[in-house]
Amino acid sequence: MTPVQPHISVQNLNLYYGANHALKNISIDIPDKKVTSFIGPSGCGKTTLLKTLNRLHDSSLEVRVEGKVLLDGEDIYAKGVDVTAIRKKMGLLSQRPFPLPMSIYDNIAYGPRIHGEKDKHKLDHMVEQYLKDVALWDEVKDRLKAPASRLSIGQQQRLCLARGLAVEPEIILGDEPTSALDPVSTQKIEELFLQLKEKYTIVLVTHILRQARRVSDYCAFIYMGEIIEFAPTEQLLLDPKEKLTKDYVRGFLS
Amino acid sequence: MKAKNIEESFFKILMIISAFIVVGSFFLIVGTIVVKGAPAMSWDLITKVPSGGFFLGGEGGVLNAIIGSFYIAAGSSLLALFISLPVVIYINAYLPKRSWLGNLTRMGYDVLFGIPSIVYGAFGFTLMMYLGMRASLLGGIIAVTLLVIPIMIRTMDEVIRTVPNELYEATFSLGATRLETAWVILKQVAPGIMTAILLAFGRGIGDVASVMFTAGFSDNIPTSMQDPTATLPLAIFNQLSSPYEDVRSKAYASALILTIFVLIISVLARMLSKRFSKNKV
Repeated sequence: MTPVQPHISVQNLNLYYGANHALKNISIDIPDKKVTSFIGPSGCGKTTLLKTLNRLHDSSLEVRVEGKVLLDGEDIYAKGVDVTAIRKKMGLLSQRPFPLPMSIYDNIAYGPRIHGEKDKHKLDHMVEQYLKDVALWDEVKDRLKAPASRLSIGQQQRLCLARGLAVEPEIILGDEPTSALDPVSTQKIEELFLQLKEKYTIVLVTHILRQARRVSDYCAFIYMGEIIEFAPTEQLLLDPKEKLTKDYVRGFLS
Repeated sequence: MKAKNIEESFFKILMIISAFIVVGSFFLIVGTIVVKGAPAMSWDLITKVPSGGFFLGGEGGVLNAIIGSFYIAAGSSLLALFISLPVVIYINAYLPKRSWLGNLTRMGYDVLFGIPSIVYGAFGFTLMMYLGMRASLLGGIIAVTLLVIPIMIRTMDEVIRTVPNELYEATFSLGATRLETAWVILKQVAPGIMTAILLAFGRGIGDVASVMFTAGFSDNIPTSMQDPTATLPLAIFNQLSSPYEDVRSKAYASALILTIFVLIISVLARMLSKRFSKNKV
């Protein structure tokens, strides 16, 4: 199915919200250094699936996960796995930006600091580097000490991306990261994703089919907690094999 | 249409009356204290400890009670903070949402919140008897700590619960541990934490029933944790019970001092939380 080496391999994953069977027997290989998008109607389980990839359901009592998620071949749901180490490998971009309650500089430096980086020069360098990576440096270089909340929403989202990159992840998880943004900011984030896939594996949840087409290489259509179809994006959107996918792509299903 | 207009004006008038009752009683109380207390206010009252027979019209002031109240309120706020903070961090950042232990804790502090302060006083007193302690500064601090813990936890818990889950997810996703995440959350709600401390302080400084048996009373400023300690509310009570007119008017002056304290704390709480929310991200 996937011509490249899978980075994350989900195998027979089932997730229950109490009695609700939210994800049904999900198996998917997410290719390395490509953008994979999850599309599907609201409530289909695409965000839920994304959050299983870095165990963000851990603190919900009513959620039960069965099956395997292999990250570079290792099951992240196995016993004795260090959750923080897994999460460190994945940057998360949520629907709305949530900057940490501190300065722009400290937002970026936070991750490296909690992982033991103390060298001021290195931190300075990292902050500059990652802000440049998300094309934010020129906009904020004169006010690095200002609270991150003073930035516009679009800038905040790029800051959150840089904050995630600063812990040197291998994977970027995007949960409809442009849904709160204006068209210009959306375009910037999309351009960044296209650049970042050189170095990172990207998983993108989106409800915008055009975005999936613009950004992603592979696309999975999820419906009622099941993966209906998984294929290269062009093929899935233009020539879907399954009837459900066809209906959704044509706008008959929502 | 007409009926709706009548309904609208009827409830509007009710609301105005209610607002007036609140604002009115504030001014009435402060006014009474100022009018009755200001003539008896003197430099001696706030800078001197009572000399013999103070409550029978003797010389001196209530400095012992001012200092005592301050010690007790500050000591218990600090002690309560050290107990409350771990509790709220634990039930919010460690326990899963809607866990039975979290629910039980929340029910517990809600019940404690409603317990009258005299019960804390009696409980503290019993505890002291058991431990063989006399009425003392330490006893007062312990009883008031018990009294203000539920207030502090409840206020903190309420603000921490407003933190969106996504902020937890954001820090978790950076590979932060629960403790590291808790620090970020606390930073986010710093103004609320400040308000909780000051609320507890304000409650602690004004309560009489909890300190009546536990802190005792003394004409001297306490020099150790074992000394019996005077408090302003109790001093006011004692002065008001005096048969002498000028001692009773000194009670109003003491009440004025206490009220000014509490007002300063409220204003401080408001200012601090504004300042923090400006810097807050």
